[in-house]
Parts: sequence; C-alpha cells; structure tokens
Amino acid sequence: MSSVAATAPVALTADGVSKAYGERRALQGVSFTAHGGERIAIIGPNGAGKTTLLQILAGSLRPSGGSVSLEQGQVGWVPQQPALYSKLSVAENLRLFARLERCPDVEGTVERMLDQTGLRDRAGDEVASLSGGNRQRVNIAIGLLAEPSVLLLDEPSSSLDPRQRERLWAFVGGLAEAGTAVVFATHNVGEAERFADRLLVLADGELLFSGSPRELEQTVGGDAETPDFEAAFVRFLHEKGH
Amino acid sequence: MGWLLLKDLRILGRSPLLVAVLVGYSVVVSLVVGAALSSGPTKPKVAFANLVAPEDSEIALGGQRIDASQYADKLFEKVQPIRVKTREQAIEKVRSGEALAALVVPADVTEKLQGTLGLAGAGRPTVEVYYNADNPLKRQYVQDTIESTLADANQAISAEVLREAARYLNVIVAGGEVGLPIVGTVDILGLRNARAIIEAARSNLPAGAPERAALEQVSRFARLAADNLDVSKPILASISSPVRVKQTVIAGSSTSISAFAAEAAVIGSMMFVALLLAAGMLALEREENAFGRLVRGLVSRTALVVQKIGLAALCAFALTAVMLGILGALLGLDFGRAPLWLLVLAASAIAFGAMGVAIGGVTREVRSASLAAFVLSLPVAALALVPSGAVAEGLYDLIRVVSGIFPFRPSLQALDAAVSGGDLLMPLLHLAALALAFGALARLSLRRFA
Repeated sequence: MSSVAATAPVALTADGVSKAYGERRALQGVSFTAHGGERIAIIGPNGAGKTTLLQILAGSLRPSGGSVSLEQGQVGWVPQQPALYSKLSVAENLRLFARLERCPDVEGTVERMLDQTGLRDRAGDEVASLSGGNRQRVNIAIGLLAEPSVLLLDEPSSSLDPRQRERLWAFVGGLAEAGTAVVFATHNVGEAERFADRLLVLADGELLFSGSPRELEQTVGGDAETPDFEAAFVRFLHEKGH
Repeated sequence: MGWLLLKDLRILGRSPLLVAVLVGYSVVVSLVVGAALSSGPTKPKVAFANLVAPEDSEIALGGQRIDASQYADKLFEKVQPIRVKTREQAIEKVRSGEALAALVVPADVTEKLQGTLGLAGAGRPTVEVYYNADNPLKRQYVQDTIESTLADANQAISAEVLREAARYLNVIVAGGEVGLPIVGTVDILGLRNARAIIEAARSNLPAGAPERAALEQVSRFARLAADNLDVSKPILASISSPVRVKQTVIAGSSTSISAFAAEAAVIGSMMFVALLLAAGMLALEREENAFGRLVRGLVSRTALVVQKIGLAALCAFALTAVMLGILGALLGLDFGRAPLWLLVLAASAIAFGAMGVAIGGVTREVRSASLAAFVLSLPVAALALVPSGAVAEGLYDLIRVVSGIFPFRPSLQALDAAVSGGDLLMPLLHLAALALAFGALARLSLRRFA
C-alpha cells in the first residue's frame, strides 16, 4: 500500500461476501477494505471468482451472503467488454450515461471526460468506428462520469496493445493520485506487480492472500524456482493446493 | 427511462435499412392489400369460338323465335372473352397462355337445344371447354369459373322456357291467341270459356234430359282443370329457383371479407414490427454489454422492461395507424370509429411489445430473438385464422387455447369490433391480461439476463 493510501480513509468495505449458483460456490466469505488512492489488483486463475467479486462490489450482482459498504461517494464500474452503444457517437454515449447517472452538469461532465480521455477529436464518431483501445477509453470514461470514490475495472487492458496499456495505467495512476480507490481484476500478473499497491489472490472463490507484491514473493521465498513475480505467484497457488 | 427511449429511437434512426424495411413493409403491404381489395377481382381471359352459323342461332320455343346467341352474353359476365373463329384457334390461345381456358360452342348446339326443348330426344347440347391444368389450384379455378358461367347461361335459358310454358298454361286456362309454326296465329277458347259455354248449354236443356248429366261432368272437369292449371304456374316458376336462401348470422361480426383482410394485414404487420423491435432491442442491451451497467443502479430491471415495451409499442402503433389510415381510405371504412381503432392498436401494440420483450429476455441474443419472434408469430397467426368447423372439435378447442395465449387473435377480434362493431371489451381485457403476463415473464427473464 502506498503511503498516501495507508493514511487515506476507507472507501469501500467488503465483509464476508459470498455467492453461490446452486451447489457451486463462486465466492466464499471474501473480506477486504479499499482506501482512497489505493490500487488493488484481484488476481487468480480462471474461474477464481474475480469478475463475480467485482460485479458484487459494483452492485450489478447480489451476493448470497455478506455485505459491501461504501463509505462515501459512488462506485464507478468498467466491465471487461466495453459497455457502449456502438451506433451512438462517443459524446452521445457519454451524454446518455451522464444523464442516467444524474450528473448535475451533463455537458460540463462530457467535456471533462472528452479532455480526460483524449478523445475530443473523435467525439462525433460512432463508437463502432473506434479502435479497441479507444473504445476501452470511452468505457473507462463512462465509469468515471459520476466522479466515483471507488473505480472498479474488470481486465481493463485485455484488448489493448502495449502502448495503449501504458497510457491506460498512467491514466489509472493519475486517478489514484487524485484520491480514487482503484480495484481491478487482471490475468496479467506482471501488470498487477507493476501497478498495484496491494494484491487480492482469489482461487475457487476463496481469498488466499491480501498484501503487496513483495509480501507475496516473501511468502513463497525467493529462490531459483521463483526467478520472477509470475513464478512466485504460480508457486504460491501450488502451495495452496491450486 | 425517457433518455433510454430517446437513445433507442436514435439507434433505430441510424439503422436506415431497418427503418426502411419496417416503414416500407407496412406501407407497401397496406397499399397492396388495399389496392387488391378495393379494385375487385379481374375477369379471367377465355378464348371463345362460336361455331354456330348466324342463321342457325334461333330456336323455336312454342310460337316464339328466340335468338340463342343472346344467352352467350351470360357466358361473358364473369370472363373476358377473346373471340376466335375456329376451335383450333381457341385451343392455341390456351396453349400459348394468352387465355386461361377456351370455350367452344359447336355448330349443332342450337339444333340440339331445339330438340331438347321439343322433347325430340336429339341429345343434350354440349359446349366444349379446354384448359391447361398446370396445377391443382389453377384447375379448380378454371372449373369453378366455367361451371358457374354455364350455370348462369342454363338458368337464363330455363327461365325463358318456363316463362313460355306459363304463358301457354295461361292461354289454356283463360283463352287467348297463340302463334304456332306453319299454322300461324290460333285463337284458343280456354277452359274457363269452355265451361261457361257448357253451363249455358246445360241450362237450356229440359230438366231430366239425359245430356244434362253428361254436360255436368264436362263442366266439372273444365273447372277442375282450370283451377289446377292455374295453381301450376307458381309451381313452374319455383322450378327455376327451387331453393331460396335466408341467411341469419348467429354470432360474430358482419365484417366484409375486404375489411377483415385489411384488419388481418394490419395486425400481422403490428405483430412483426412489435415482436422484432422489442425482442431485438432488449437483446441488443446485452449484446452491447450495456445491461450490466444499466441495472447497477441507473435503471431498474422493471423500468427497462417497461421502456422496451413502450419503444416497440410506440413504433408499431405509429406504423399500423398509418397502414389502417391508408386501408381505411382505400376501402371506405367508417372514419367516425377511428378513435376505437387507435385504442385497439395501442392495446395490441403494448401486448405484442410485452411478448417481444419476453422473447428477447428469454433468448438473450439478437439473432436468436429475431428467429424466435418469427418462428413463434407465424404459426400463431395461422392458428388464429383457423375457422370453427374446419377441424375436429377437440383440435379446434386446442387451437383456441393455444392462439388465446398470444395477442394475435384478441387483437384481430378487437380491431374487427372497432372497425365493424361488436364486443370490444372482452378482447381488450384479454389483451391487457396478456400484456401483464408477458411483462411479468419478461421481468422474470431479466433475473438471468446478464
């Protein structure tokens, strides 16, 4: 956790969150807190429950048990696949969601997001004509319309090229520095190591670890079998029986 | 919710092909149906060869000469004749496809007709018909047209014969003049006059004369014959039209076939537009991944269902109102009842919209939703049009139940009542119940929609 985040107030608390689909338990009593300005990466193998946890935090899925509490402000949600209307332009998408979010100054908010995402010159273009990277920028911009205190991103860099990823993480870093708690799920453990202050490791719906990347490496011990962070992560999962 | 509706309308506006299909389909269907229903049926072309020589076209009926060719006009009331001179030319017209059929009147037809009327036993006159039986439908159509046409001609001739017979009976009863071949005009005494003469002769005979009893018998016969032959005139008249028809509608409307076809076209179009739009636009929210974003506090699932029903109902209502306006103008429907038409269109559009949203919610994908909308709506519409008595009673009851689950039949019943009069309340209540049921199903389907 960065020093700024450590002293910042709690923005979000998940307390014993669980989710079951019939007999299958997708999440089992997950608890954690997110502080303002903190960047938290949720990592884990496929089917670990990363997206389910984010959907519950976002309020688009009801938990079977436990609770999520937001201390102040709103939650911004950026799903993995861009949730945009491809027949509408960039500005029209932003305007529609700004109205649905009941932003007090719709046009001002749209202008701000166009500047923030660097898409002003594409404002009138239909989303269908944008590249995957630009769509993801609009997707994130919509998640930020209500100026949320917590931003949730589900694999935000999965469809981006390396240059676009750098710009994305720089943008997310800027949000965190401004005090927004950022919680993101990713398959890319390298990105988690580089851009997260804290990791939540999920496997089979269970929270196995909560701590910084360095703490995870220390947990498995540095040796020849764990030359990098990804190897340390795989070893950690193996030791935990996954 | 209003912003979502505007968004959907804007998306529709940016799909020119879809809008063109929806609007064009409705307008074209209404124009085609209206034009077809208002212009009346076209007479089929029939090649006609009359091989009877002009000087042989008359037949003698009693003392009258009747031109049989005037009865040929009866043949042309239901067909458009292409006159040719020979049988071969007539057949060629059929072969080439220029004529649907050929009708050939042989040269001996008047001679045989004369023999038939004179009970001479010359054989019944026969006309010849030639046609291509390309398919069973065409064969049936030609047979029906020709048989109906010849029946009219036969009836016209038999009516003339009966008229002549009745005139003769009248002369026999009451007396008068008749013209006979070769003999010329003959004065007929008549039974009543004969009886009067006999009565006068009998009264002049002395009482007890043996001739009085004989004349009494003859007089009685003349009276009986005159009375009974007089009665036979209306009996003869009834032979030309032995059965009269008195029609009474037990239930249902007295809508014309044209108006009913127009109503079916309007409701059919509404069904396609509302189902496809509602199902497609809801499924699109999921395909665009926007559903999850919307329902996390921006819009409730119930509001989303209502919004999609409203969108589909609004578009379907507007299109079918235009359609019904065009058809009403072409078919001369009573525009004084237009408020009822609009009420029914609105109720139907909402019910179809709810059904479409339920389809979209269950199928979850635009392609699947469109396919399901088509697959469901076509048989449902066909079932709703099956008349009672066309199938076994049990099967008809099943069809009524199945078609009652969907909005097509109550919509058609309601529109029929709005256009032509009848019970409007029950079909409207039926539609309201279906709208609520499908709306609830749609809302339920959104629980597993994301």
